[in-house]
Amino acid sequence: MERTRISTHIILICGAMFMTLPVWIAFATSTHAPETILREGLQFWPGGNFLKTYKEVLFVEGGVMKKVTAITMLKNSLILGIGFAVGKVIVSMLAAYAIVYFRFRFAVPLFWVIFMTLLLPLEVRIIPSYKVVADLGLLDTQAGLIIPLIASATGTFFFRQFFRSVPDELLEAARLDGATAWGFFKDILVPLSKTMIAAILIIMFVVGWNQYLWPLIMTTKEENYTLVIGIKQIYQVLSEGGEIPQFQKAFAMTILATLPPVLVVLIFQNWFVKGLVESEK
Amino acid sequence: MSSVTLKDVRKTYPNGAEAIRGVDMDIKSGELIVFVGPSGCGKSTLLRMVAGLEGISGGDISIGERLINDVSPSERDVAMVFQNYALYPHMSVRGNMSYGLKNRKMPKAEIDQKVNDAAKMLKIDAFLERQPNQLSGGQRQRVAMGRAIVREPSVFLFDEPLSNLDAKLRVQMRIEIKKLQRRMNVTSIYVTHDQTEAMTLADRLAVINEGRVEQMGAPMELYTNPKTLFVASFIGAPAINLIPVTFDGQTLNNGPLELSGFTGLPENTDLVLGIRPDVMDKNPSGQFEMRVDLVERHGGETLIYGALSNAVDNQGEELEICLKGDKEMLPELDEKLQLGFDPSTAFVFRKDTGERLI
Repeated sequence: MERTRISTHIILICGAMFMTLPVWIAFATSTHAPETILREGLQFWPGGNFLKTYKEVLFVEGGVMKKVTAITMLKNSLILGIGFAVGKVIVSMLAAYAIVYFRFRFAVPLFWVIFMTLLLPLEVRIIPSYKVVADLGLLDTQAGLIIPLIASATGTFFFRQFFRSVPDELLEAARLDGATAWGFFKDILVPLSKTMIAAILIIMFVVGWNQYLWPLIMTTKEENYTLVIGIKQIYQVLSEGGEIPQFQKAFAMTILATLPPVLVVLIFQNWFVKGLVESEK
Repeated sequence: MSSVTLKDVRKTYPNGAEAIRGVDMDIKSGELIVFVGPSGCGKSTLLRMVAGLEGISGGDISIGERLINDVSPSERDVAMVFQNYALYPHMSVRGNMSYGLKNRKMPKAEIDQKVNDAAKMLKIDAFLERQPNQLSGGQRQRVAMGRAIVREPSVFLFDEPLSNLDAKLRVQMRIEIKKLQRRMNVTSIYVTHDQTEAMTLADRLAVINEGRVEQMGAPMELYTNPKTLFVASFIGAPAINLIPVTFDGQTLNNGPLELSGFTGLPENTDLVLGIRPDVMDKNPSGQFEMRVDLVERHGGETLIYGALSNAVDNQGEELEICLKGDKEMLPELDEKLQLGFDPSTAFVFRKDTGERLI
């Protein structure tokens, strides 16, 4: 008994270290001067340049054109992450509502068509999507960045499963109570799906935040860059420029890019778990 | 308050299954009608057709003078209490009760007034701000009834509302439903598979079997004067004793068993003799002999189960019958009891059609 407890803990500690050490090293390294990093490689203990590095990253314009700060990129990433998550939840809830509660022709085949698009990652349709957005004149705009991504097969599937678990009597009671289709959705289904909505919002926020290829293609102006692209941009400067490589900035940016998803998950983890395991009745 | 009229109401599902096969019914204003029948007989379907939750394939349903075949559920002026209560889990008791009124655009002050009155009447005024999951089964049931009452509908519909409650609470709520219905004097239709509930609640009872009304009438009328074998076997607890017999001109026979006192029955036809457990008694010269298998003491009365001597059922097995006696009647196991009955209190049915002959 005692033995298994100890070995369990050892395994857990190893796992935790395996997951967190890279992040720690990135953080520690980001607090050193670029010369130290260049001379001695990655650092395990924090150095004395914490304030200097982060101040520079956050407030001094960098990038190839020296036009964008991490603050701007943070803002862009937030807009993308939140817009992406909220948009997906709205669209997929409405789609699932239609599929589950309305009897229309081809509802079931339509659902499977939606479901099958899960098999097609963004990369497959990125060129047609780009063409559509370009024709609409939405290149280099937030709308162009978000709207093409907000249809979600995953979300639709989750909400469909959830709605199907809602007892039919609730719908019948609401019909007798004189609720309209919209009334039932807004007064009964949305409040019942609260935990589900939270779980999907969190997942989708993280997915949206981490989008790389799509924003890279969609944005050409530096002031529209997201954090994830910003990191890449710094490395690009490294390989091309004649300056001393700014590794510490790249690491600082990585830490900054990790923070919001971590915070979101930490703050909402209770809801998140509830939404995934519990069907509240 | 209004009457409810069903005229040749039918329900056929798209796959051809017939759930309701022509039901005619006149429900008077203020009456409490109970639909009773085995599961799958169509009683709930019929109720849901009145509510508007199921479409009507044929025939007419009217409430008062108004034909409601194509009227939406919320405009039929009916309120329904569901088996699993169907309370909105995220709303407080007050929210649950007022939702229907809000949808009708009733002013807030009026809603509050009605909700408070109904809550007081149902003794749930102390929990108005609680969520349904903080309430016990009985309290949820009351909330479900409160939600129906505040709408002041012209017809109440109850779909097996007590089947999720424990036995004691069920009896208590049954009495309350009856009292409430008397006080409010609203036409009500109540669906149940529990014949005790049906007998005690109903002004009139409709026994439904395979989508048809077998017989409709006052509970005691159905008990003492069933028209068919099905009604006789469904109504009454403990269930009626059924003995397969044939008639030879003088006596009813089952193997060596001969029962006299019957005349005018068709010969060479399979018949079923029905005798209620409470019309038989110990009688040394009685026509039955029973070997006691089990004695159930219910306090005020005793139920004695045993095999009928000299007779077999359709499969050739022993025929189990039940006798209701007073609390002093305590035979030993395997004791042979001699039982008599008055032939005029027994029923005889045709086995093939279920039609009652005597």
